Amino acid sequence: MTDGKRTATEPAQPAHPLSFETSEGPQELSPRTDTPPDELGREVGAVLRLPESGAEGGPRDGDLDVERPDDETMIINMGPQHPSTHGVLRLMMELDGETVLRTKPIVGYLHTGMEKTGEELTFQQGATNVTRMDYLSPLHNELCFSLATEKLLGIELPPRAVWIRMLLSELQRVSSHLMWLATNGMDVGSTTMMIFGFREREMILAFFEKTTGLRMNHNFIRPGGTAADLPDGWEDDVEVILENVSARLGNYDELLTGQPIFRERMEGVGTLSADEALALSATGPILRSTGVPWDLRRTMPYLAYDQVEFDVIIGTYGDNFDRYAIRLNEIRESVRIIRQVLDKMPTGDYRVQDKKVTPPPRARIDESMEALIHHFKLFTEGYKVPEGEVYVAIESARGELGCYIVSDGSAKPYRIHIRAPSFVNLQCLPVMMHGGLVADAVATISSVDPVMGEVDR
Amino acid sequence: MGLEDLHHNFLTGRLEDLVKWARRNSVWPVTFGLACCAIEMMAVGAADFDISRFGMEVFRASPRQADLMIVAGRVSQKMAPVLRQVYDQMMEPKWVISMGVCASTGGMFNNYAIVQGVDQVVPVDVYAPGCPPSPEMLLHAILTLHEKIRTGEITRRQGTAPQRPEELAGWVPERPDAVRVGTPR
Amino acid sequence: MSTDVSPDSPHDDPTPDGPVDAAVAGVVGAHVPVWRSIDGHEVVFVDRGDYHRTAEALKASGFEMLADLTAVDYLRHPARAVADGVEAERFELVVMLLSMAQRRRVRLRVQVPESDPVVASLWDLYRGAEAPEREAFDMFGIVFEGHPDLTRILMPEDWEGHPLRKDFGVGRVPVQFKAAPGPR
Repeated sequence: MTDGKRTATEPAQPAHPLSFETSEGPQELSPRTDTPPDELGREVGAVLRLPESGAEGGPRDGDLDVERPDDETMIINMGPQHPSTHGVLRLMMELDGETVLRTKPIVGYLHTGMEKTGEELTFQQGATNVTRMDYLSPLHNELCFSLATEKLLGIELPPRAVWIRMLLSELQRVSSHLMWLATNGMDVGSTTMMIFGFREREMILAFFEKTTGLRMNHNFIRPGGTAADLPDGWEDDVEVILENVSARLGNYDELLTGQPIFRERMEGVGTLSADEALALSATGPILRSTGVPWDLRRTMPYLAYDQVEFDVIIGTYGDNFDRYAIRLNEIRESVRIIRQVLDKMPTGDYRVQDKKVTPPPRARIDESMEALIHHFKLFTEGYKVPEGEVYVAIESARGELGCYIVSDGSAKPYRIHIRAPSFVNLQCLPVMMHGGLVADAVATISSVDPVMGEVDR
Repeated sequence: MGLEDLHHNFLTGRLEDLVKWARRNSVWPVTFGLACCAIEMMAVGAADFDISRFGMEVFRASPRQADLMIVAGRVSQKMAPVLRQVYDQMMEPKWVISMGVCASTGGMFNNYAIVQGVDQVVPVDVYAPGCPPSPEMLLHAILTLHEKIRTGEITRRQGTAPQRPEELAGWVPERPDAVRVGTPR
Repeated sequence: MSTDVSPDSPHDDPTPDGPVDAAVAGVVGAHVPVWRSIDGHEVVFVDRGDYHRTAEALKASGFEMLADLTAVDYLRHPARAVADGVEAERFELVVMLLSMAQRRRVRLRVQVPESDPVVASLWDLYRGAEAPEREAFDMFGIVFEGHPDLTRILMPEDWEGHPLRKDFGVGRVPVQFKAAPGPR
């Protein structure tokens, strides 16, 4: 077995601790004179920004500026440890004064080998691994993985399981967007928004703790249904959350939307057109901010989203403000969905009753030998999933979250791949930042809403 | 020149206590949130679990201005040199809390990509287990660190500070190595 | 192609699951095998040589977005089910395309041999393929011709080996009280 290791070309002991440099070589941005013109054009987004007139496919002369000598521009490095709250993203930017010309995101600082670990864990354990990818909306990861596994198993879920999953999924979306509002506010400088966002989020996390046992990384939505039923009195808890969130959204509107400084900082910054977004495979609020009405809950519904009413929020200009407004209003839409779920929640089983897939209730283990054996086999060996491959996608808070599983008929996935929305959305960043100011870099990164756990997996 | 170099006697005892009081009541963390634990760390900084009451809400972005590095999250192979670099840039006295199981031991990710325990890269003072540790757990870890600072055991960090021979001969610790924190005094 | 499946499985036979959409079959050409997968998507087993051309044809016929691009190493499972007439290789490149207008997806499966792991890049058709192709290169060692910047993306630059290959160990460190490292 070959194991990866670093080559022995680095000095074993640096001369001075501060002279130790981290260098990712060709992954970094190279100086202008070392970069061929078409590469340069690509990096400034010129190949995407179609010229208004003239021959198609060619960048405009002003965009490219190949003749500009190296010493007029400066390459700076931001991160991976930096004040922006969005995780270990490293950005190399080439600046002309304060204007950003080229940007190159360098990722991989949180690479955890989750897809490799996933091959060592059974399908029952798989949700614990997958849930830690997008750690701001862990239930979405679990949902995607569970849906893919259930497709492979070919099992139908009882209606209550579906609706519980929908309730949790929408609460998770609210919590994730509140977190985004908090960190986005913090990045633009509004510490109040940070405190506000976390205040509501704590209420939702308290509900999650009551239901799933944990505040984060729940491992609650598992193949076959959910791990447990909703606790007694959950309707009241959810009502309280909805009332508070709805009321306080008005506060955020006052604090941010109506505020001229916020608007100045966000409007017209980080613009992206619909063609560019489609070409770069952006999904989620980024795609919707450019005006494309694509939301998987509406267009390719999963769970019971075709039985609830909600609007798909789209923007017009594709700038940071549009994305802010979309996420704010998506909270409202999610609240609407949760209200409908409250009314329509069916009774019944919270997980499928197939003994081969679902562990027996804990109380039965004391009574029945068969239950004990089933429990033992499920949690040690796991259940065998038929051979095949599936791709299932859901709409997470960040965009299209997909799970591609290949099963070889054993109890562990042969290959599990998660299509992480943030990984693909990060490709929009250089195009959004070109021509903007370096001071807007943090706000733009924030509006793309990357979660480095799912970018790097 | 620090507390360690001060010749310990009856006169300087009160001064030491004063310095330790100042140090533990204004520990400023550096922003080193990596993964899921970072979210819980931010929650500790927010209103519900306020660390402002301990004087710690000021998360400094620059390691030069920070005292404490809370390594919150999994440290990958690519990130380890960066971690060391940030740690080296911090000024003495500095402390490290390893938050979460991924930072403490590699957690559930025992594989090629994750450094199995951040203590392979930097010396750690307090380990806070959990996946992620709830904010109460992190607060307990922080208070344990305050206890360590208060009792002065921090000045005898293993392996880094030179130990005077007269201290070592027949030295019996007055309290067990694991600092038990009941209600902090 | 019988496989070791659990007796309760309804999918004992992993071959096509329902009629394949004629439009997709028409676009890719009659000689290219197309299945319908259990998730309702068409799966096209396209040859390495025709891969780029087929993707171009699909894009022209309405599949505007590249949803995902990944690879699988079938070293430990070489007898997986593929369509008739398709020669299974060690690596398989899997591309998910999405048509928003028609609200459907199509999956391309390209067999890539171990001895010559080179495929055409889809970057000129779909700009969003840049990062996923870099990841496939980093994790599997598949080289994409025509990719503007084929460097590692997740691992450090000086890393040796391609982690998601089946002959690359997990890298598990022995833990006290457990017998030996290895898959659980």
